[in-house]
Amino acid sequence: MQAETEQIWRWLSEIPDPEIPVISLTDLGIIRDVDWQDDTLVVTVTPTYSGCPATSVINLEIERKLRENGIERLVLKRQLSPPWTTDWIATEAKEKLRSYGIAPPIDGTAAEGAVAGRVRRLTGAAPEVPCPRCGSARTECVSQFGSTPCKAAYRCRDCLEPFDYFKCI
Amino acid sequence: MPSLPDMMTPDAAALAKAAGKGEAIPLAAGTPEHDLFTGLLRLGDNALILGHRVSEWCGHAPVLEEDIALANVALDLIGQTQLWLGLAGTVQGRRRSADDLAFLRDAWDFRNLLLVERPNRDFGHTLMRQFLFDAWHQPVLKALEESTDPRIAEIAAKAGKEVAYHLERSADLVIRLGNGTEESHARMQDALERLWPYTGEAFIGDEIDARLAEAGLMPRPEALRPDWEATVRAVLDEATLHAPQDDFAQTGGRQGRHTEDLGHLLSTMQWLQRAYPGAAW
Repeated sequence: MQAETEQIWRWLSEIPDPEIPVISLTDLGIIRDVDWQDDTLVVTVTPTYSGCPATSVINLEIERKLRENGIERLVLKRQLSPPWTTDWIATEAKEKLRSYGIAPPIDGTAAEGAVAGRVRRLTGAAPEVPCPRCGSARTECVSQFGSTPCKAAYRCRDCLEPFDYFKCI
Repeated sequence: MPSLPDMMTPDAAALAKAAGKGEAIPLAAGTPEHDLFTGLLRLGDNALILGHRVSEWCGHAPVLEEDIALANVALDLIGQTQLWLGLAGTVQGRRRSADDLAFLRDAWDFRNLLLVERPNRDFGHTLMRQFLFDAWHQPVLKALEESTDPRIAEIAAKAGKEVAYHLERSADLVIRLGNGTEESHARMQDALERLWPYTGEAFIGDEIDARLAEAGLMPRPEALRPDWEATVRAVLDEATLHAPQDDFAQTGGRQGRHTEDLGHLLSTMQWLQRAYPGAAW
């Protein structure tokens, strides 16, 4: 008796992200497909960042969760294309991030490598990232890389709290 | 947690014997497979060697935020290495892994640019090397997204998103340090002059590049120069730094002729696999 794919999606939605446990793997948008191929369940997962150390933990957690629920034949498939984007983070998950103290990604602000138009010291342009604690727009980027590759380090100039910004890619 | 194999057990001996013997096919020079393998090594080895160099800062950076940023950039580059060398392994033969290629080759088998093996020296020098590399890395990945080989195109698209942030960060810091104090300006100018002769190599193609470009697999190195120059000029101007006029280029890295610094780097990076062949966790 094979579990319905809807049920499998529900199980996967119960697995917290190992580094940001307030959101789940499905919230993060990294589960791209769940499909039975004969008696084998194929779960397609896309990495967030290619060097993200959480990737192997995530695969382990998926396997453990599905085995606990009686799925014996299981294949995890890595899919690189299309590359993961923060646009796939569910809207309600962005709110969960904010209340956890992480400023959620701001759509349309991904780096594109066109330096002349991007580097703040060349143009003064930078995405406005509101402080997740006090809501102030008077914040500044301390470093493009925060506690994990997916986050940047910011500081609020009103409440003076440092915070992480889940940067847009 | 990582654990080393007990070298006295028969299992460990078998592991050691099997290490790196993943049925590599000897690829004849001039064949399309050898060209593709070499092209992939050139991409993967750049990411690996620069990733290792940057990781040498872990725990030593001038401020905590920069320590974290450097480690994260290194992590991205090592992740990209796994993708490029993983693909190179499948071209070379069955069961050749990215780890085999990273840990079981000697210096003359590496195909990275000489620029990325330059020692770190000070923080400014490390940032200048990163910027000069990122300004090339970003357009090369952009061009590779158009590769006729979808495996190459998808790795490039993935890596390109990460590298766009590397470039923003390194350009920003080159400007802040160049246009900073007298001391930071002098160090950045010194770094630029030391590194400049190692930048030209990225744009000098050989017959392998020509065949790869002909097949639509990878861009011609020469074609990337205008993009690189535009970025470098804009950032150096803002940083009040002056690039040397002399365009003499040190070459050889992409053909396997390296500076002695690569050997020292490999002796650290490959130590564990050499001391305990086949060690895994």
